[in-house]
Amino acid sequence: MTRRTDVLDFYEHPLPGVDISDLTGKLIVIEGPDSVGRTTQVQMLRGWLEERGYAVVDTGMAQSALTKEGIQAAKSGHTLGPLTMGMFYMADFADRLENTIIPALRAGFVVLTDRYFYSVIARAVARHQDLEWMEGVAGFALVPHIVFYLRASVEEVLARVVRGKLYFDYWESGMDVPYGKDRYESFMGYQSKLIEVLDSMSAQYGFCTVDANRLPKPIFKELKKAIEPILAD
Amino acid sequence: MVQFRPNRFPGKLIIVEGIDGSGKSTQLSLLSRWLRSNRLVVSFSEWNSSSLVRDSTRQGKKKQLFTPTTFSLVHATDFADRLERRIRPMLEAGAIVCADRYAYTAFARDVARGVNREWVRNLYRVAIQPDLAFYFRVPLEVALNRILGGRAALKYYEAGMDLRLSKDIRESFALFQGRILEEYDAMAEEMGFHVIDATGSIQEQQKQVREIVIDRFGDSLERDILHIREDW
Repeated sequence: MTRRTDVLDFYEHPLPGVDISDLTGKLIVIEGPDSVGRTTQVQMLRGWLEERGYAVVDTGMAQSALTKEGIQAAKSGHTLGPLTMGMFYMADFADRLENTIIPALRAGFVVLTDRYFYSVIARAVARHQDLEWMEGVAGFALVPHIVFYLRASVEEVLARVVRGKLYFDYWESGMDVPYGKDRYESFMGYQSKLIEVLDSMSAQYGFCTVDANRLPKPIFKELKKAIEPILAD
Repeated sequence: MVQFRPNRFPGKLIIVEGIDGSGKSTQLSLLSRWLRSNRLVVSFSEWNSSSLVRDSTRQGKKKQLFTPTTFSLVHATDFADRLERRIRPMLEAGAIVCADRYAYTAFARDVARGVNREWVRNLYRVAIQPDLAFYFRVPLEVALNRILGGRAALKYYEAGMDLRLSKDIRESFALFQGRILEEYDAMAEEMGFHVIDATGSIQEQQKQVREIVIDRFGDSLERDILHIREDW
C-alpha cells in the first residue's frame, strides 16, 4: 500500500475541501521510538537533499500552530488523560498535514516528517486505547511515499536516554499509565510496548524497517539508497 | 448506527441537543434545578468548556486557523477531556450527569461542514451512550428570530463563515443552521432522541421533559443515584 511513487492518496477518507490532485512533492516519514536518532537523520537528509537541489520542509510532532502550546501546557500539568492525549496529538497531526505538509507537497517540496500518525497511535495503544478506533480516526492521512521505521531494541533506547538526556521524562516513561513502580521500570515497560505496537503496524503500513542499533552513518547510507528511486520517479 | 459504549455505571447521563436558539440550555438548567431540589447529585458538562483545550480553541478561532477536520478534532479533544475527567467518573460515582450538547452536535455540525459522516461517528465511538437524549426541535425561522433578534454579534465559525456560503454573516448563519437542522432531523429516529416541540411555552416543555425523566428512570432515581445528605 505504501511505497507508491506515482501519486499520493488518502488512507480511508478524503480531507474535506482539500484537493490533492496537484501534489507533486515527495512525502518521507521517519518513525521510531524516543531517542533513536530520528532528528539526526532528518538533519542529515535535509543537507543531502538540498545539496542536490531539492527544496525541503521538515516537520515534527506537536509543532502545529493550533495545538503546540495547548499540548505543552497540558503535559506540564500532568493532567492529560490517555484518551485526550490521543485526540490532541491527532488534532496536531491534522493541522500539520493540512497547513504544512500538503501546501509543501503542492509546491513540489520534499517533506521530511519526524514521526507521522503511527506514533500517535502507538502512544495511545500503549495507554490502553483501541487500535482500530485510532486507525479510523487517522483515516484522513496521506499515504506517504515511504515510511522508515528506525527500529532499536529497548536496551538501546535505554542506553541512549541514559547517556544523552541523563533523566527519565515523565511521559517518555509512561508514568501516567504507569508500567512499573518507578521511572526506570515504567520506562522499560512503556518503551517495550511502543516498539511492540510499531512492530505490529509495520506490515500493514509497509514500513521500511531500518536497524537503528547502529551508528548514524550506516543508517544514513541506507536511507539515501532507499530514497534515490523515489526522487528519480 | 453509532456504537457508543454502554453506560454500565450507577449514574445516569442526560443530554440535550438542538440548534442555536432552540432553548435547550434553558430546559437543561431547569431540569437540573428540579433534580437538585429532589436532593439528587447533578453534575453539569457543557460542550467546548474544557480548560485544557481552551487555548487551542481560542487560538484557532481568533486567527481562523481551523479546517473542518481540525475543528472537529479539537472539539473531540475537548469532549475527551470532559469525558475522562468529569462525565465518566461522575457516572461511576452515581451522579446524574447533564450534558449541554453531546457527540450528536459533532455529527450534525461537522457533517454540515463537510466532514465525512462515518469518520466523525467513529471519532466519538469512545463516548458513553446517554440514558436520555432530548432533541429540542424548532423551525429555522423561530431559532433565527431568537438569536438574531437578541444578540448583535455572530461569531465566524458559529455562522459557518468558513464554508463561504455567503459573504453576509447573518445569511451565512441562517444557511449553516439550516444544514445543521437537517442533520439533526435526519438522525433523530436512529439516535432515539426524545423530540420536544421547542415552539411551545418553556413551562410546557419542561413539564414534558420531567415526565419523560420520571417515566424513564422511575424508582431508580431514589435507589441508584447519589443523594445530597439531608442534614446539609
